Amino acid sequence: MDSRTVLSPLPPDDVLTVRLAAGDEEAFRLVLDRWSPGMLRLARDFVSTRASAEEVVQETWMAVFRGIARFEGRSSLKTWVYRILVRTAKARGVKEQRTIPMSGSLPEAESDAGPTVDPSRFRGPDDPYPGHWRPGQAPAPWNAPEDRALVSEVRRVIGDALAALPARYRVVLSLRDIEGYGSDEVCELLGITAGNQRVLLHRARAQVRRRLEEYFGAAEGAADDEL
Amino acid sequence: MNCDEFVELVTAYLDGALDPATERRFIDHLAQCEGCENYLDQFRTTIQALGELPAESLSGETRDRLLAAFRDFPRP
Ligand SMILES: [Zn+2]
Repeated sequence: MDSRTVLSPLPPDDVLTVRLAAGDEEAFRLVLDRWSPGMLRLARDFVSTRASAEEVVQETWMAVFRGIARFEGRSSLKTWVYRILVRTAKARGVKEQRTIPMSGSLPEAESDAGPTVDPSRFRGPDDPYPGHWRPGQAPAPWNAPEDRALVSEVRRVIGDALAALPARYRVVLSLRDIEGYGSDEVCELLGITAGNQRVLLHRARAQVRRRLEEYFGAAEGAADDEL
Repeated sequence: MNCDEFVELVTAYLDGALDPATERRFIDHLAQCEGCENYLDQFRTTIQALGELPAESLSGETRDRLLAAFRDFPRP
């Protein structure tokens, strides 16, 4: 069933809350269809299978309509739902022995500290322009794909890049760039600092960018090397 | 500012999280360096493409089960 057919704006939180608490099915269907795709992706970052993620989303919705009377409106309704989801998904991830160390144990913290662009692309310390792009290594403009086949090709590249990310990168990237959350909300949801959040986000974006660069670079042949 | 510093500040810049002095150095470098201007554009393109990924949805069975559970949930 395609749950993305209706995209009218949602009623404001206070209205939604009252309607959900009263058992208004139309209101439930609205939020269920609107928020479940993002919840599914988020859950997938904490558990090992797609089926397990689907169960987490289901469990979350059950908890939501059981607890809706206790929602006090101190955060947005969606943030409240996402927090329940993260709690539920983490609990299950622990059961599946798949926990995400957000701040990183030592080796991971170290791996969060290096450069995000291959240092060999920059001129060395003895060069008159140290730290600048080496000839032929400067990023070249990408030609945005126009036809649908290429768009789906780019999505496949991005999907592969996402799958290859460490989970703690992917979860931040999903929330910020796929779900469109602000940094404050992401920090609150995941219990991380603004600085940590930015490091994880930057490293995640840099890795996806690199995959796209490989893809666009290969698509455009050697144009890059002539600069 | 050098290119290798620039590339590490892109997310902070896009979040408006650079202090004013660093932001000025960032912009000055951007104005003079085509490679970094392309790098920043590639970041923007990456972010935009991520935001346009098609959504996965719940299976029909799960959705139906949840709608039924919501309907049958005892309310005061
Ligand atoms: Zn530069």
